[in-house]
Amino acid sequence: MTTDLDQLRTDLLGAIDAAAGLEPLEAVRVHALGKQGAITGLLKTLGGMSPEARQEQGPRIHGLREAVTEALAARKAALEKAALDARLASETLDMTLPVDGVAAGSVHPVSQVMDELAEIFADLGFTVATGPEIEDDWHNFTALNIPETHPARAMHDTFYFPREADGSQKYLLRTHTSPVQIRTMMADKPPIRIIAPGRVYRSDSDATHTPMFHQIEGLVIDKGITLGHLKWTLETFLKAFFERDDIVLRLRPSYFPFTEPSAEVDVGFTWQNGKRVIGGDPRASENGGWMEVLGSGMVHRKVIEAAGLDPEEWQGFAFGTGVDRLAMLKYGMDDLRAFFDGDLRWLRHYGFSALDVPTLSGGVGA
Amino acid sequence: MKFTLSWLKEHLDTDASLTDIEEALTRVGLEVEGVENPGEKLNGFRVAKVLTAERHPQADKLQVLTVDTGAQVLQVVCGAPNARAGLVGVLGTPGAVVPANGMALKIAAVRGVESNGMMCSTRELELGDDHDGIIELPADAPVGAAFADYADLNDPVFDISITPNRQDCMGVRGIARDLAAAGLGTLKPLDAEPVAGEGAGPEVKIEAPEGCPAYYGQTVSGVTNGASPDWMQRRLKAIGQRPISALVDITNYVMIDLGRPLHVYDKAKLSGALTVRKARAGEQVLALNEKTYTLDETITVIADANGVHDIGGIMGGEDTGVSETTTDVVIECAFFDPDHIARAGQKLNLTSDARSRFERGVDPAFLEDGIAIATRLVLALCGGTASAVTRAGKLPHVGITTGYDPRLAETLGGLAVPAARQVEILESLGFTVQPLDGNGDPVDLDRGFDMLRVTAPSWRRDVDGPADLVEEVIRIAGIDNVPSTPLSRLPGVARPTATPEQKLERKLRRTAAARGLNEAVTWSFVSEAEAAPFGDGAWTLANPISEDMKVMRPSLLPGLLGAVERNLKRGAPSVRLFELGRRYLAEAERPTLGVLLAGAKRPRGWQGVKAQSFTAFDAKAEALALLEAAGAPVANLQVMGEAGDVWHPGQSATLRLGPKTVLAAFGMVHPSVLKAFDLDGDVAAVELYLDALPGKRGGTGFMRTAYTPPALQAVTRDFAFLVPDSLAAGDLVRAVKGADKAAIVDARLFDVFTGTGVPEGQKSLAIEITLQPGEKSFTDEALKAIADKVVAAAAKLGAALRG
Repeated sequence: MTTDLDQLRTDLLGAIDAAAGLEPLEAVRVHALGKQGAITGLLKTLGGMSPEARQEQGPRIHGLREAVTEALAARKAALEKAALDARLASETLDMTLPVDGVAAGSVHPVSQVMDELAEIFADLGFTVATGPEIEDDWHNFTALNIPETHPARAMHDTFYFPREADGSQKYLLRTHTSPVQIRTMMADKPPIRIIAPGRVYRSDSDATHTPMFHQIEGLVIDKGITLGHLKWTLETFLKAFFERDDIVLRLRPSYFPFTEPSAEVDVGFTWQNGKRVIGGDPRASENGGWMEVLGSGMVHRKVIEAAGLDPEEWQGFAFGTGVDRLAMLKYGMDDLRAFFDGDLRWLRHYGFSALDVPTLSGGVGA
Repeated sequence: MKFTLSWLKEHLDTDASLTDIEEALTRVGLEVEGVENPGEKLNGFRVAKVLTAERHPQADKLQVLTVDTGAQVLQVVCGAPNARAGLVGVLGTPGAVVPANGMALKIAAVRGVESNGMMCSTRELELGDDHDGIIELPADAPVGAAFADYADLNDPVFDISITPNRQDCMGVRGIARDLAAAGLGTLKPLDAEPVAGEGAGPEVKIEAPEGCPAYYGQTVSGVTNGASPDWMQRRLKAIGQRPISALVDITNYVMIDLGRPLHVYDKAKLSGALTVRKARAGEQVLALNEKTYTLDETITVIADANGVHDIGGIMGGEDTGVSETTTDVVIECAFFDPDHIARAGQKLNLTSDARSRFERGVDPAFLEDGIAIATRLVLALCGGTASAVTRAGKLPHVGITTGYDPRLAETLGGLAVPAARQVEILESLGFTVQPLDGNGDPVDLDRGFDMLRVTAPSWRRDVDGPADLVEEVIRIAGIDNVPSTPLSRLPGVARPTATPEQKLERKLRRTAAARGLNEAVTWSFVSEAEAAPFGDGAWTLANPISEDMKVMRPSLLPGLLGAVERNLKRGAPSVRLFELGRRYLAEAERPTLGVLLAGAKRPRGWQGVKAQSFTAFDAKAEALALLEAAGAPVANLQVMGEAGDVWHPGQSATLRLGPKTVLAAFGMVHPSVLKAFDLDGDVAAVELYLDALPGKRGGTGFMRTAYTPPALQAVTRDFAFLVPDSLAAGDLVRAVKGADKAAIVDARLFDVFTGTGVPEGQKSLAIEITLQPGEKSFTDEALKAIADKVVAAAAKLGAALRG
């Protein structure tokens, strides 16, 4: 009996090892453990044995059953693994083949810079105001202390719409964002801190001028505001915008009908690889110069009056600059006309990812 | 405004360097645009004498010269016909660069003969137009001297930009005054001794005092009008003015020197009294620029019995202008009203140096000095005898008097400047300053004053209040010295500032970019032809810069179609563009988002994919995604037709919130519109009307409505219906979805089929509905009841459940 069992164990384990596939292995299992199987048969004999014999044979037969069951499972796993490996090997693909690209969108530099400016000025407490581009003569000129015969009107190459029925020249395309100053002062109560970005128009077209471009206006109306606050605000804004601490400004007395005193603001730059890079003090550098970036001044009392405020009570400053120009200085484009051409190659090269959202914590440059 | 250093020094006694002057000009607000020394271009050009001149052995038209440079004798080949022994001219030595053509001179053989330089013509040195021969200098010109020194050309020319408020600096003297105030030297006194003439002055009648309130005239008889002297010609030429004759040059010189425009008439060509009057409508005058101008009553003119001889303050008339044969002249020094000049100049579209000064307002108190200086120059340069001065009309008063609190320099200008320094600055600029006590009585500055009474000089018409005085003080004290003062800020973190409209635009812009669209910025104006299919456009410019930029766009699509066309022409395989901007309607400017999809949606690929074009459904996908981002209730929108004529009639629609509110239009652009833009492929488009979008409702802050994901799993059921061909799938889906609002959470169409098994005129639509059980799972009865409702709802639209 013992010899029979040992022989059976040897035979079955040998058959399991030799099974070349899942089907032969199943045949071995049926042969051993199926209803008519050898081990099943042995197990059935246990019932007819004396208790002593059962005590002796029982563990041996059960041991055999367990050993064969384990061997079957192990062999099955091995065979399945081999089959899977073979299948996977047959599924090999050339991983250097290209994938379908997802179209990459972009945000226009002008929009990006406007978002950057809104972010910087939000931190200084400025809200963003807007106004119409088809503007009337009063808001664009008269209220800004530019009467009809003023020579400054000639400096604005204005686009006009046809005269009204009564012969008056009422509507035009705004030549600057300054009319938003008037609209804001008339609509809101001081203290006022706004920026007003937007499209403006001048009848001018050459290498550095386009008939449409973008400006941003700043206005602060409050009590006790001086030219010193203007200077600080511009310095702070430019430092934040260019993310440089070495921004050096030079104020030059100038003239705008709607500010008094007025100043043009130059910013120091250095030449680097044929490009002007903002920053540094040109007075201390062989390789630098001044570039005009802003027009500014203390809001003229006539303008404050025109907007219905009391100039004895309120004073403030205003400034304006070109958004396209700021973009060019920061990101290095050199042709303004390309901004408005819609060339995809340009838009992709100079544009920004949708996720390049300017934030104060992450920085306002990308 | 241009002037030379030597000219400036006529008025300013100074030792300051060129750089110091340049910096000071910019510092006080007279921005230097450039400083150029014409003498520098003439380095290496020397006065030289031709010793011998022989014919070139190889060339008839050339000569071989020996030239004495003072230091040596050089052999020079020369082609000028006037080159001859004994001539003193200008030699360019090797290394010198010829100003006219930038050529660097070197020792070279000319037709086999060595030449050590070049004898130059006026044109080669950019000193004139003459190129018929080489320059001939007087025989006593110092041989060997640098030509620039000899010719007095080492005189730097300043070019400064004058802001419109500073007419006083449209003359060299005004600039000198500012520089003196800025500490760069002393303003020299002006010699304006009146000329006590003989006999009556010219007869002048002012009939239009509002245009010309004052007119001074003086006659000079027996003049000789030749060329003006060298010093005057040199200065005029240095600043780009062409010398004409002594009399004309004098008027130009005085205008630039003192900012005082003058006019000189040939007295012999005048008939009767000079009359200052309004022009008559239709009256014509041939001006000195040889153009004829038709005038009207708003324009002030100077006329005589025969007609108009001067567009007052703007340009003189040709027929009474002076010539070489002029013997008697009338010198005009008048004051024209700035507003009248500005209007007349705008109306006639005529610019002149005189206009630009008069319209900014010349010094009315300078008529007396102006006529004296002009007459003295005429007498000195042209001889003759002067009459008495005729003074017609009344000089207007210019120069306000205002109370001024010197603390304003700090409270407005941000710069603390001691009162005494402020007084000094203002006085140096010609202001009169009187300190007053509390009662308004004059006191000394150092005895405690309450207020300053400041009177502006007659040449500072621009000054009209204390803020202007602050500007004067600050610009001389140094605006760059104003310290930066931080704006106050509220404690804590900066609050959000964007308006809902701004937030919406930002969200849409970045959603569009994230979806693979490239943002473009196109012109706000389009051509009439481009606007036409979009309903023309309500705003047409009266003075467009070109026909292509004439009409304010009524839609964002024309500008984008132009960009698409350019991109495709440049070989872009696929174009996905968007723009966020305004469309300009008769009643308002409306914020709009336009999207264009053109070219290949997908390129052909190795996975057996053929290149795909964009369809109207791509446009719909963009429209819905963008509307979703904008917070529109996308599930409730109706897809309706009537997108408009610019769209493919069968492949376009509008998305509406209710029947009237159109949030967007999308679809394929009509082929005839594409043709107008020179596009031949298909273009899909979206236009989103931001102003129509519903605003965010409710003021519940950040809190969301309460929600717990359902515990039980949703189940799906499929239905296939036979429907009439004409039934819109969307209507069926909507009906099915609404069949049991409590249970059906979604209905999704997944198949559209016509063909075998589907009767003619019908189609099969298959819809999968999703059912969400609540507390308990659906029973078989419940599911059957829902299915019945679905079938019943569909049946109302003529749909039959397929067997």
